[in-house]
Amino acid sequence: MHFAFTDEQAMIAETAKAFFAENATSARTRAAMADTGVDTLLWQAFTSELGLAGVAIPEALGGVGLGMVELAIFAEEAGRHTAALPLLASLALAAPAILAGGTDEQKARFLPRLASGELVASFAAGNTGGTPGATLSDGTLTGAALLVPHGASADIFVVAADNGVAIVERGALGLGITPLTSMDQTRPYARLDFGGVAVETLADPRAAVRAALATGWLAIAADALGGAQACLDRTVAYAQERVQFGRSIGSFQAVKHRLADMMIAIEQARSAVYWAACAIDEASDEAPFAVHAAKAFACDTYSHCAGEMIQLHGGIGFTWEHDAHLYFKRARSNASLLGTPDWHREQVAGFAGLDEAA
Amino acid sequence: MKLGFSPEEEAFRAEAAAWLKIELEGAFADVRGLTSLTEMPERRRDWERRLGEAGWSCVGWPKAYGGRDATLAEQVIFAEEYARAGAPPRLNHIGIELAGPTILAFGTDEQKARFLPKIAKGEEIWCQGYSEPGAGSDLANVRTRAWREGDEWVIEGQKIWTSLAQFSDWIFVIARTEAGSKGPKGLSFLLVPVDQSGVTVRPIHQITGEAEFNETFFDDARTAAESILGEPGDGWTVAMGLLGFERGVSTLAQQMGFRNELDAVIAAARANGEAKNPLIRQRIAKAEIGLKLMRYGALRMLTDAEGGKLNPSALTYKIQWATWRRDLGELAMDVLGQAGETVAGHEYAFPALPNLFLYSRADTIYGGTNEIQRNIIAERALGLPREPRGDLK
Repeated sequence: MHFAFTDEQAMIAETAKAFFAENATSARTRAAMADTGVDTLLWQAFTSELGLAGVAIPEALGGVGLGMVELAIFAEEAGRHTAALPLLASLALAAPAILAGGTDEQKARFLPRLASGELVASFAAGNTGGTPGATLSDGTLTGAALLVPHGASADIFVVAADNGVAIVERGALGLGITPLTSMDQTRPYARLDFGGVAVETLADPRAAVRAALATGWLAIAADALGGAQACLDRTVAYAQERVQFGRSIGSFQAVKHRLADMMIAIEQARSAVYWAACAIDEASDEAPFAVHAAKAFACDTYSHCAGEMIQLHGGIGFTWEHDAHLYFKRARSNASLLGTPDWHREQVAGFAGLDEAA
Repeated sequence: MKLGFSPEEEAFRAEAAAWLKIELEGAFADVRGLTSLTEMPERRRDWERRLGEAGWSCVGWPKAYGGRDATLAEQVIFAEEYARAGAPPRLNHIGIELAGPTILAFGTDEQKARFLPKIAKGEEIWCQGYSEPGAGSDLANVRTRAWREGDEWVIEGQKIWTSLAQFSDWIFVIARTEAGSKGPKGLSFLLVPVDQSGVTVRPIHQITGEAEFNETFFDDARTAAESILGEPGDGWTVAMGLLGFERGVSTLAQQMGFRNELDAVIAAARANGEAKNPLIRQRIAKAEIGLKLMRYGALRMLTDAEGGKLNPSALTYKIQWATWRRDLGELAMDVLGQAGETVAGHEYAFPALPNLFLYSRADTIYGGTNEIQRNIIAERALGLPREPRGDLK
């Protein structure tokens, strides 16, 4: 038992922290928000220069061959800067789906290109993101996926249909992609319409969906953790410099207690995220519980902290110019994407023995 | 990062579990499953001695002082197995978790040799003399005085909320040893025997009807000149150092107690159908998640402590568990409904869950209120300015 980063993990964390601090600046993110929601330069630097985008993809398939702890580290640091990247869609949802459910040929064809960033993928979950869904029939896909993250920027889509999982290529005949003006412009949604699109399917759809959701939930939780920590750090800095009534506002208990409450929640969210990451990596029996717990807790924490960030900044926190709204909106999107905190807690309730006979 | 244990550690687990099983199904079956701190005190003393005899009392301490030199992982494992076996809360928990580690950190070799083996062997039970009627959250406002007379300290004053003083042999006291000093200056950390005519312990009846806490009066109380930790006047440093020990491995054992309480709430919800109520399910799920996050927070903080680092979780842990338990008490009553508000018979003594609802109101007060905890977090972890004092201008 050693519940702290190894030296190698600490080094990766340092690298990730420095990389996003330098590259995922507010100005760059805002430029991406006004465009497609992808900071293309950042994505190129992340996938090719840093070379760690395929952190959880095996080395034989062009990745780095590490695990969920390392993936969570990157997601946390990207979240800290509300980086406009298809990290979640491409690397934490689509890639694990193909890795867990694809044939050897499909893995070899797609995963190296996902790891290198040459190809961007997204994932359309069956039952989340509203109705209707999509249905497979004789190698064609019919229906729609309503809210696909970074859907307008993806080259391929992994679609969890009612009766299988399909891979749909962007240029496929019969595929309609409608970009949606989204509250969170760092991860905009698109609607996909499938009018009898010819598709290929994954060999093991159940394994694909299970892996995509577990990894996706973890990545969202880690993003929320990084975002919440940034909300706290920035608000503490502001509370120290902002003077009212002749004192810095951070000296008032009405303010400092709220900042302390943010930290109390964030420290628990940190335990949740890395517990879940370890539990998946170690194939622990606790993994399903841990991932639901992390998604619910970290997203609630982020929503709380982002709201407090606006409140404690006062009027300036309500302006478009200040970054508080980037966090507030991403917190909202994280909470609702792939199951709300309430839904995840209901899954936890199912593990708590509540449904056994008295 | 790794959560699992090695085969050697699992072997240690098996050894600990086997010993606990033999004792708690044999000679100590009568104390198995006890949850209250005050029930069957004599048998609890016997149990402390039995643990000490077998070397299972203070497993993380050096062997030279009656410990086992256990690694961090072994301490975690023992805490888990201890609670899993249904072993009772430690009567000497203040000695084991507070007095002992403080003596280890601040004591002279003579003091260590004098006091630590007696704690480890269960022969001397300790309590804590910090709070006073005028020194609660403002702990430095201590008025209990002490001065030297010959080769003794003489102590005059009053302490309050001294839990378990009625069973204790020793009390550690913060007293003002520099006349006219104010605040944290001029305090000393004294070790005082309880069994003497100068010390009077009076129970305080609390909202549950039980009496776990006491008022402790010092009237011409005496202790030997050498029974002081640190230098005279350095008591505040010693007392604050002690705060750092309040969040050790014992937190994991405490959590196993919380596990039992949450299980009792779940059993009650299943029995009366509340388990189907979606609002109750949400709150039970929150409690389940909160308990797991206490465990993993404790493991983070212990791992870092082993590497000589203070994990931020160490500062947030007290308010986290206290608030969790208070919420659980409220959840318990909402699950039980009105039926939980009455008890059979004439004695004002409620069963475990309604008692939890009442008792947990103390959790967010003692050992630093939630509000003081927030100040500590804001000032020490977040670096925010202190609130100006009203009396030291």
